[in-house]
Amino acid sequence: MAVLTMTETKGKLAEEQEFSQAEKKIVYGTKDLNLWYGGDQALKNINLDIYENEVTAIIGPSGCGKSTYIKTLNRMVELIPVVRVSGEILYRERNILDRSYKVEDLRTNVGMVFQKPNPFPKSIYENVAYGPKIHGIRDKKILNEIVEKSLRGAAIWDEVKDRLNENAYGLSGGQQQRLCIARALAIEPDVILMDEPTSALDPISTLKVEELVQELKKDISIIIVTHNMQQAARISDRTAFFLNGEVVEYTNTNSIFSNPSDKRTEDYITGRFG
Amino acid sequence: MKYVDAAQVQKKMGTRLLANKLAKNLFFLSTLFGLIVLVILIYRVVAQSIGWIDADFIFNKLSTDPEKAGIMGAILGTLWLMAVVAPVTMVLGVGTAIYLEEYAKKSRLQGFIQTNISNLAGVPSVVFGILGLTVFARALDLGSVVLAGGLTMALLVLPVVVVASQEAIRAVPQYLREASYGMGATKWQTIKNIVLPASLPGILTGVILALSRAIGETAPLVVIGIPALLIPLPDGVLDKFTILPVQVYYWTTDSALVAEYANLAAATIVILLIVLFAMNSVAILIRNKFQKRF
Repeated sequence: MAVLTMTETKGKLAEEQEFSQAEKKIVYGTKDLNLWYGGDQALKNINLDIYENEVTAIIGPSGCGKSTYIKTLNRMVELIPVVRVSGEILYRERNILDRSYKVEDLRTNVGMVFQKPNPFPKSIYENVAYGPKIHGIRDKKILNEIVEKSLRGAAIWDEVKDRLNENAYGLSGGQQQRLCIARALAIEPDVILMDEPTSALDPISTLKVEELVQELKKDISIIIVTHNMQQAARISDRTAFFLNGEVVEYTNTNSIFSNPSDKRTEDYITGRFG
Repeated sequence: MKYVDAAQVQKKMGTRLLANKLAKNLFFLSTLFGLIVLVILIYRVVAQSIGWIDADFIFNKLSTDPEKAGIMGAILGTLWLMAVVAPVTMVLGVGTAIYLEEYAKKSRLQGFIQTNISNLAGVPSVVFGILGLTVFARALDLGSVVLAGGLTMALLVLPVVVVASQEAIRAVPQYLREASYGMGATKWQTIKNIVLPASLPGILTGVILALSRAIGETAPLVVIGIPALLIPLPDGVLDKFTILPVQVYYWTTDSALVAEYANLAAATIVILLIVLFAMNSVAILIRNKFQKRF
């Protein structure tokens, strides 16, 4: 009996998945987004929909606004005092640029991994437990479970399980970055923003992070900024090409790399500039 | 035709090398001067104090008889003073530093506050004494007690703590704050959990240096009216008190009457120097131990 129910549920799940494949939900909708640093416009009329359980890559040359865009998605860009923004960014259908949207609330759902690994000068355990703790989880048992689950999720558990109380600065660069991913996973985010997460890593560590991204997208939507086009081609489902603060082209990754519709995209991905 | 004439270069070589040597020796002499003065100072003081520092000297109360006089009162007074100065400067100084570094927007007002904190550090200590006398001793009617002296000294050393704490807070890399904000932490949670722990060594160094300045100051307390009389040992912040440098000041002043007072003053200076050197060493140790953490 029980077995039968199991298979039934599985069948239903598969059906549902197929259905959602056809009509993916939008996680982030960007409408007419403009952004200025003082008098310089860094983002111009961005319109971009980002889909659930996909890896969305943002590529483009330095200074094209790709980092600015990803930092606007969790409003990290506000740390710069002279920034002005207009337009709308809908996260799960609510405008995050609205004054009433609490930035802490947003960042609890949207994790971030930075360009340079930036663990806290604390133990490995404390690094991962930081997020849950600031959100009020005090129960040791629950924290232990979160730490293990997150470290496993970031594929670093086996490497650090025997030294959870050692300082995170003792880890290698690649391990530190996976620890930072684990730290982001610990708040069980809906989206993870990655701002050139492998640019400071060696090729093997880069590969590990890339594999991890593939694994994570089953549960989480991932937006990754990269200046490595092979990486975008390898790991993403959709790719947006940014140039001078504008989205030149945004479509699925296969077509953008095999058959770019804009001349500028073609020039960039074939290495003629950038 | 070459522009650099070898003969010309040769001719000037001697003077150049001489100037080079001269510069080195000049700077060495400058350094030596300070060292020599310090050595003479320490030698004179130590020579005068020989035979006067013993257990009685440290544990006895003040007395008009040089043979019986001790500095227990001044030691306790110094400790009580530190007990007031340390928490007050810590709270006010670190609070100000956090506000200026983490909250205040870069504006004219912030620049104005910053400049005036530096100005405050340049105000002569006797002026702080007058402030302490008017506000704490008179207006608040505390009298010349530990609390009044401590608050005055706290104001005096506040700029040191503010500036040291600001530097320590500024040295915490921005990427650590970003990581914390990125997980939905509030500003205060980020300051409390990330910024303060990381800057604590720097802040502590500043506080210790400030304390060692506070217990070495004389003028403000003399202005407030620390008595040169025989007073009971202080055992609270509302008691009258004296501290080591003030004791030195009075003994030196009275050495015209009783010659041995000069020896007592020298002995007190030795004790004070030991305490100050010890505190500064602790500050340096803390700084070295926690350096290069990022």
